Amino acid sequence: MNAAGFPLLSLLTFLPLAGALFILTLRGEEKVVAENARWTALWTSLIVFALSLILWFRFDKADPGFQFVERLDWLADIGITYHMGVDGISVLFVLLSTLLTPICILASWDAIQNRVREYMVAFLVLETMMVGMFCALDFIVFYIFFEGVLIPMFLIIGVWGGKRRVYASFKFFLYTLLGSVLMLLAILLLWYRAGTTDIPTLFQHAIPPALQTWIFLAFFASFAVKVPMWPFHTWLPDAHVEAPTAGSVILAGVLLKMGAYGFLRFSLPMLPHASADFAPFIYALSIIAVVYTSLVALAQEDMKKLIAYSSVAHMGIVTLGIFTFNAQGLSGALFTMLSHGVVSGALFLCVGVLYDRVHSREIARYGGVAKIMPAYALVFMLFTMASVALPGLAGFPGELLVIVGAWKINPWVAFGAALGMILGAAYMLFLYKRVAFGRITREDLRGLADMSPREHLVFAPLILLAVWMGVHPQSFLSFFEASVNALVVRHEAALAATRLAGM
Amino acid sequence: MNWTLALPEIVLALSGLAILGVGVLPRRDTYDASCMATIGAFILTGALVLGSPEGTAFGGQIVSDAFTRFMKLFTLGGAALALLLSLEWNRAEGIARFEYPVLVLFATLGMLVMISANDLMSLYMGLELLSLSLYVLASFDRDNARSAEAGLKYFVLGALSSGLMLYGMSLVYGFAGTTNFDRLADAMATPANVSSGVIVGMVFMIAGFTFKVAAVPFHMWTPDVYEGAPSSVVAYFATATKVGAIAVIVRVMAGPFGSLADQWQQVLMLSSLASMVLGAFAALRQENIKRLMAYSWISHTGFVMMGLAAGGDAGLRGVILYTPIYLLMSLGAFAVIVAMRRQGRAVETVGDLAGLARTDLGMAVWMAIFMFSMAGIPPLAGFFAKVFVFKAAIDAGLWTLAVVGVLASVVSAFYYLRIVKVMFFDEPAGALDVRPTGASFVMASTGLFNALFFLWPAPLVAAAQAAAAALLG
Repeated sequence: MNAAGFPLLSLLTFLPLAGALFILTLRGEEKVVAENARWTALWTSLIVFALSLILWFRFDKADPGFQFVERLDWLADIGITYHMGVDGISVLFVLLSTLLTPICILASWDAIQNRVREYMVAFLVLETMMVGMFCALDFIVFYIFFEGVLIPMFLIIGVWGGKRRVYASFKFFLYTLLGSVLMLLAILLLWYRAGTTDIPTLFQHAIPPALQTWIFLAFFASFAVKVPMWPFHTWLPDAHVEAPTAGSVILAGVLLKMGAYGFLRFSLPMLPHASADFAPFIYALSIIAVVYTSLVALAQEDMKKLIAYSSVAHMGIVTLGIFTFNAQGLSGALFTMLSHGVVSGALFLCVGVLYDRVHSREIARYGGVAKIMPAYALVFMLFTMASVALPGLAGFPGELLVIVGAWKINPWVAFGAALGMILGAAYMLFLYKRVAFGRITREDLRGLADMSPREHLVFAPLILLAVWMGVHPQSFLSFFEASVNALVVRHEAALAATRLAGM
Repeated sequence: MNWTLALPEIVLALSGLAILGVGVLPRRDTYDASCMATIGAFILTGALVLGSPEGTAFGGQIVSDAFTRFMKLFTLGGAALALLLSLEWNRAEGIARFEYPVLVLFATLGMLVMISANDLMSLYMGLELLSLSLYVLASFDRDNARSAEAGLKYFVLGALSSGLMLYGMSLVYGFAGTTNFDRLADAMATPANVSSGVIVGMVFMIAGFTFKVAAVPFHMWTPDVYEGAPSSVVAYFATATKVGAIAVIVRVMAGPFGSLADQWQQVLMLSSLASMVLGAFAALRQENIKRLMAYSWISHTGFVMMGLAAGGDAGLRGVILYTPIYLLMSLGAFAVIVAMRRQGRAVETVGDLAGLARTDLGMAVWMAIFMFSMAGIPPLAGFFAKVFVFKAAIDAGLWTLAVVGVLASVVSAFYYLRIVKVMFFDEPAGALDVRPTGASFVMASTGLFNALFFLWPAPLVAAAQAAAAALLG
């Protein structure tokens, strides 16, 4: 039995679904239904978050293996079981998902006025898929959650999105699906070879290096699109710009992490040779992503698009860190994933605050906001600084660790990553300057109200986290230390084993 | 002689005669009563199928095993649900005549005979009973030129394919000296000794079968017949009859021609490849939703053929599992199509679904579930159907098929998504009429199956496994 004494992870996964089903049964006048749907969704997600805190307190940080494990005979005859569990790599992402969902629901409280019931259902289904994906310990179960995310996200972008929502939603769906189906074939091949899709069992299953290359490429097709890595990132700016604020938050906060998580969970441990062989290729793509998308971000006129491109740059740092294969790089990548989840989510919320008032995301439309909305300007400032990796805030420890890890591989790789930090500071500060400072050129901006109590409530946990992660990174790093070290040791052992066999 | 093996067919045939007899006698309208009686007959036959013993009967003409039970149950279930869909539709279109359920009953009877066939003779008998009933059904709306055209086209092309198949059968009989499946299998146990006349005959038979399952290159009749025939008939065409057609091709390929897999595998691979690609691309621009479903089926038939081409335990299991899942997806989709009616007139373009999520959220959600399921998006049932055939293809090393298959499924995802987009993202084009109870029932039951299949897939997978094992003996 697991540490919680009851099937905690399944509860976390399927409780939102139960909430969604309940919302679907609501009947009556539209306004009343909308209000009830909001409250049900909020309470469901808060309960899920409260339950997920058990993971924070009861997780055994010294154990590199899977914890809170559950197993059910699902299709056991043919090698598929319903197997759930978390280790140091996945546990914090479960918490990130359960934290961001109530924040998103709260952030959409007033912004979403039509078809509220469907919106809340879509968000709760999305939460089920996200949490399930990070907990799944069976490849087919993982794939079900991984792909299942597409359905609610497609609807969120398409129904509640902006002008070009149809284009963006189709691009998002088809692009991601194209990558994923190739991965599915690789999963089926692994299943055929090993006779099971159980992830811990597959870790023990050695794959000949020649085959690893093909499987790696199939995984890469899926994860590189999800991350997204340059040049597979073009769906992201479209999806971000058209999605409603909360959709962008989830997209940036959690969905982008799914690709990097895939690399960490599958590519590295299952395909050590191919990972090592492809590492220079990944470095190149990552550095191009960091430098190129930062430059593109500098030129953006649209706030959301700018932050979307900055996400691609940050995820470039993450993929770079993952493929250093050393403890610093991997921890840095994991930490950056977490901090990016918090910070870019918060930045999209910041854009959302302005968008709700002015209904424009154009940077030139603003200016001098700091004089009108001082509290807002302070919050925006904090997250801008966190995003440019100012020491003492969330962005810094992760990026530093990645650069240290990259230095161990090659100083030039580290230089590429560091260049990204400088450019990152440039575009973020430039954005902040244009929005918050300067003279107030538009008279209608003078009437803007500062943040409402609800908005304070939305930002409070994120501010707390951004500062906490910067001041005391150890309380987060300690979660994945053991798992990362085990991963590094296993990776080196796998490489050494074939080197011996080759001689 | 163990005639009880044919008890389900005998009972169904007698009930068909009884309903026909009662239907012609009085002057009153007996449409509803005969529909209900037919559905009752289907349920009764289903119960008999469940309890039927295993073995062969009538001198090896028919067989009963786990495979026939599985396929017959879903054929009967599909036929009953399809008939439920046509209840109100036919009345609204003015074609509510008691012959309709009787024809459906005899078509279904033909399928049952075909599924239990263990001999080329009984196979052909069942096939023709099915086909002749379907020709009449396709032109059932006889005063409508499109329906008559559909019936005529179907008849001419169907007769051609039956001819091809019959010619193939006669070649096989002539060169192998028997029509019995078991003895044919024995005669071909060593492929090296098989005369090329048998191979030619087998290819003719495959051509006939691909016509019946509407695989490329014998698919051309499908879109026209789907578009022209009354929707209630198409709901039956596109669902229950597919089960029968797949069952018979699986039985023949795995049974008598099992040892000739090297010979027929390439034929099926080519047909599968072409069907997946053509079905995916041709449907992209279809406005008529029935035509779209026709092309969608052509691409699905490609997946079925892929499983069959892969062969073996895994391949047959994949195909056998695909059949009921496809049946329940397409029945649901056709329940929606049958319910598409505006101010009393049936409408059938994709655009007519515009904004359905605003006017009838329930129906829009069901349709979205069917579309996502057909596109093979997890966690819906269609995903599992695809996974199992792709698994079989990979086990058998058919990489080209598998890669082209997944890419085709991404292309076809586009048009399924388009329907979802029209329903959820577009502005309403005026509300549809209140949907009929029969259609609502079918939508809800098949929708729940598709949405919740992932919770407990083991029983159906195990049943498919048992059916595949029975085929391989």
